[in-house]
Amino acid sequence: MSPLIEAKGLSRRFVKRLDLAGKIAARLGADIHEEVVHAVDTVDLSVMPGEVVGLVGESGCGKSTLGRMIAGILPPTEGTVLLDGQDIAKLSGPERRDAALAIQMIFQDPFASLNPRMRVEQIVGEAPLVHGLTDRAGLSDYVDDIMTKVGLDPSMKRRYPHQFSGGQRQRIGIARALAVRPRFLVCDEAIAALDVSIQAQVLNLFMDLREEFNLTYLFISHDLSVVEHIADRIVIMYLGRVVESAPTEALFADPQHPYTQALLAEVPRLDQRNRAFTPISGEIPSPLSPPPGCHFHPRCPHVLDSCKTTAPNLVQRQDGWDIRCHLHPGG
Amino acid sequence: MTVLSVEGLKTHFFTRAGVVRAVDGVDFALERGGIMGLVGESGSGKSVTGFSILGLVDPPGRVAGGKIVFHGEDLAQASEARMQALRGARIAMIFQDPMMTLNPVLRIDTQMMEAIQAHEAVSRTEAWTRARDGLAQVGIPSAEQRLRAYPHQLSGGMRQRVAIAIAFLNNPDLLIADEPTTALDVTIQAQIVHVAQTLCRERGTALIWITHDLAVVAGLADRIAVMYAGRIVEAGATDEIIDRPRHPYTVGLLGSVPSANKRGERLTQIPGMTPNMLALPDGCAFRERCPRATEACTNEPPDAADADAHAVRCFHPHGTEVTA
Repeated sequence: MSPLIEAKGLSRRFVKRLDLAGKIAARLGADIHEEVVHAVDTVDLSVMPGEVVGLVGESGCGKSTLGRMIAGILPPTEGTVLLDGQDIAKLSGPERRDAALAIQMIFQDPFASLNPRMRVEQIVGEAPLVHGLTDRAGLSDYVDDIMTKVGLDPSMKRRYPHQFSGGQRQRIGIARALAVRPRFLVCDEAIAALDVSIQAQVLNLFMDLREEFNLTYLFISHDLSVVEHIADRIVIMYLGRVVESAPTEALFADPQHPYTQALLAEVPRLDQRNRAFTPISGEIPSPLSPPPGCHFHPRCPHVLDSCKTTAPNLVQRQDGWDIRCHLHPGG
Repeated sequence: MTVLSVEGLKTHFFTRAGVVRAVDGVDFALERGGIMGLVGESGSGKSVTGFSILGLVDPPGRVAGGKIVFHGEDLAQASEARMQALRGARIAMIFQDPMMTLNPVLRIDTQMMEAIQAHEAVSRTEAWTRARDGLAQVGIPSAEQRLRAYPHQLSGGMRQRVAIAIAFLNNPDLLIADEPTTALDVTIQAQIVHVAQTLCRERGTALIWITHDLAVVAGLADRIAVMYAGRIVEAGATDEIIDRPRHPYTVGLLGSVPSANKRGERLTQIPGMTPNMLALPDGCAFRERCPRATEACTNEPPDAADADAHAVRCFHPHGTEVTA
């Protein structure tokens, strides 16, 4: 089976250009340089049809930037995104449009991602009307149908976003994405802003929709327990690089990378009582000046000399386990 | 020794649209060194409970009834001057967003020394030394340099450490932590919990940890109180609440936590949404979302505790049969 979505060598750098004064100062020999953030550093990622891939990392690791590039919202600095084996950037005309519709995104903040001046029926109905998935006569029924699918009462479609609760707004965001019949959804921290009891409702909705519409997800989250629940495969990122990728159950049973081990140990669990919290030390370094060699080495308990100078390679093992670490053969 | 005992606390907000009973009859007590997890969703009144203890409720809200007894003194009746003397000295609080609680235009040392000198007549040198030691205790490396930094120069986790350091400067008897780790990554969350836990144990400080995340307090607290719509619906020892929950809301909350043993299955979900505090139903506020609700629930549910001090406010708690 060939992957539905494939990212090849995807990189994104954000450059803070020097202003005029800075340029003059640099010309005169001052120690001023353009600041470059390597948000995403040559990432390969493939997602099979029907698969749910969880993308996990701390804030600032580049997971959202990667999601945005895959969703086509942010152009990559280098690398390509393939849909069904075709480079999306090279498509044109109707094919390009179909590719854009096939990949949709759901955002974290249900308050900021909906236009407050549009009614729900406009929010949900605008895109399918423009793209000819329905006509004016059929629009009302089309919107009703989508709203029912995501668990919203269609009688509320004349309302504005501010009249809904957080969980309902997130359902509106999901309805908007589903309205163009996508095949692939990028969910960027889609339930992080919701109350616990509402999180469960929306997570269940994602699982129901996956079956009903045969959807494939890239589920971006910092919350390992959520990802563990919904994902088939988990990809762990650290400072712009993928450090480990493995099937969910295998990864949770026996994490290989020291960073993954640390992350798993930090997840609060209901069955752990009166635990003495023994955290890993330090914080994620600034992506403006990442440490040389393996990015994780300043926090790593098993650090070797080679970690401080050379970056390990991402080794793809036969069993579908990818790992980037000097402790492992080939790393 | 009981540090704090809250009896029948009511904090109401008198808005134009009506009276919001944000906290409506809350009772609990805290021993020296005890750690209580106060759990609830947004709007359940858990933060307002914390603010009420510190006397930080702003109009149109006010404490409308009940007692907040701190070392034998009722804080609900205390003067503003008395509260100012207690706040930051005997009772401290840390908040969700340390960027909002630290003053962005003052250096860390200014803010820390101010917190010491507001309550004690000490020299600047001594205040500075204590501030430096305080930062070192919460695990901030090169504390002397950090003292000269401004809040924006620190990361979120560092800022929260500074907030904890300030809270502990005067060795409080009670620390109220209002979702201090919600905005942080899991690794940083573990570090912050570790710091707060260690300092409370060392100094016998009682801790109220307010959160929406049951999993965090499961590993931290001795006791858990679950709030819903302004009331504590269930309270007891941590093991009791997590292993033998009795209130249908607690059962629902625990069921909606994703965990390994249910991977890929549907989560138990609580139907409906968090209630509108302006239009609460009669009787039990949870009854419209409750699978066990009957006619009886339109009346005020009884607050019953069993022999293990496991209290539940429900007509049909789990462990009993529903009789319609």
